[in-house]
Amino acid sequence: MNLTLKIWRQKSTNDQGKIVEYKVTDISEDMSFLEMIDVLNYDLVEKGDDPVTFDHDCREGICGMCSMFINGEAHGPNRGVTTCQLHMRSFKDGETIYIEPWRSAGFPVIKDLMVDRGAFDRIQQAGGFISVNTSGRTLDANAIPVPKEDADKSFDAATCIGCGACVATCPNGSAMLFVSAKVSQYALLPQGQVERKERVLNMVKKMDEEGFGNCSNIGACEVQCPKGISLENIARMNREYLMASIKPEN
Amino acid sequence: MAAGLFKSSITKKFWMSLTGIFLISFLVVHCAINATIFFNDGGKTFNLWAHFMGTNIIVRTMEIGLFVGLILHIVDGLMLYFQNRAARPVKYAYEKASASSTWYSRSMALLGTIILLFLIVHLYHFWLRTRITGLTIAEPEMIINGKLYENLYGEMELIFSYSWVVILYVLGCISLFWHLLHGFKSAFQSIGLNHSKYKNTIALVGDAFSIIIPAVFAAMPIAFYFKLVH
Ligand code: SF4
Ligand code: FES
Repeated sequence: MNLTLKIWRQKSTNDQGKIVEYKVTDISEDMSFLEMIDVLNYDLVEKGDDPVTFDHDCREGICGMCSMFINGEAHGPNRGVTTCQLHMRSFKDGETIYIEPWRSAGFPVIKDLMVDRGAFDRIQQAGGFISVNTSGRTLDANAIPVPKEDADKSFDAATCIGCGACVATCPNGSAMLFVSAKVSQYALLPQGQVERKERVLNMVKKMDEEGFGNCSNIGACEVQCPKGISLENIARMNREYLMASIKPEN
Repeated sequence: MAAGLFKSSITKKFWMSLTGIFLISFLVVHCAINATIFFNDGGKTFNLWAHFMGTNIIVRTMEIGLFVGLILHIVDGLMLYFQNRAARPVKYAYEKASASSTWYSRSMALLGTIILLFLIVHLYHFWLRTRITGLTIAEPEMIINGKLYENLYGEMELIFSYSWVVILYVLGCISLFWHLLHGFKSAFQSIGLNHSKYKNTIALVGDAFSIIIPAVFAAMPIAFYFKLVH
């Protein structure tokens, strides 16, 4: 396949940045999207140009590092997959492909297609955990009974890989899907009850401080999320938050 | 409390939703009463109801609440709009928004603004005249059961004899339709009511509501203009 790529190039956070056009040739349709970018980067390095910077790690859809806005959609045109799991057979020979970084006030661009998703870490640190005693006499988690339905819902929420596609795709730049997945994951389990109220209050406060937009229930995040995280989680977080605001003590 | 009202993204959504549901409930009452023009009794039933709504102390008190609710809905909406724009300072060069959401869910502020513009004209036409300046028709009163009542029905007949007014009202109703189509479902999601068990019921009721209410409203100016009611 031969392709024209229009890629966002930006030297640093404060650089203006612009779209630059590149041609790649002899791309196999069995390559992943990132492998196609690797081919381009080999070319650029050979020519003595600066290769395109992008985030990636596992390349098997589980780490959440890859993050490209491809042809107007987060992680490209396919559903339920990350960029690393997107293959070139999803494109046509001769096609022009736009590749941009996640756009959000909460995700400043570091370089080219790489953005700083530290805001997600800070939201997690504000409450996305349970405090467990490590005195050596910890209770075996499997010894605590959990209703099957709750376990399933909690597990579904826990599959969020923190990639940020929800923020990137939301017309409001809202991080509600991510935060609600993290809140739900613990709110549904017995282990999450102790910090249940302060967790949701603190995580939402941090989310707002980080400059993400307000959810207006557009629902684009749910469609573009590679892990299929449901909007029901956002409704649950709204409930959790409103209840905790009315009665903050446990 | 007042400061806490809009303190977080979720409380802002909450008030948007609550005021929205309040305004929706007002639409039901407004629409039901106005639909009495279709009784074809020369506006008798309608004028009696209009008299009740204009003089009943409970209704008049709720009218103040209605304006407060409306203003809250607008202020909150504007706040959300500007904050959400700021949350994406650099726009995408290529964005395929239609792939994952409906245009009207992304255009609530625009639709709301059109509705507001319509509302200003609408309040000028009816609220101002019934509550403050008085009606403009030649015979502003009508005898029903031996008593004099304000002939609001006659005023409607006059106002809706102008084609530009009819077009404006129908446009207002169309905007309301799209606004409700997203707003109704959205209101329930914002207060945390979304569950696979009743999600489809809410969506169905919301869709039906969004079609029926604006359609009945739009039928009123059209019916007067084409003299289908008498
Ligand atoms: S909710 Fe989905 S889109 Fe958002 S960060 Fe988690 S996995 Fe990515
Ligand atoms: S590189 Fe790990 S999910 Fe794509």
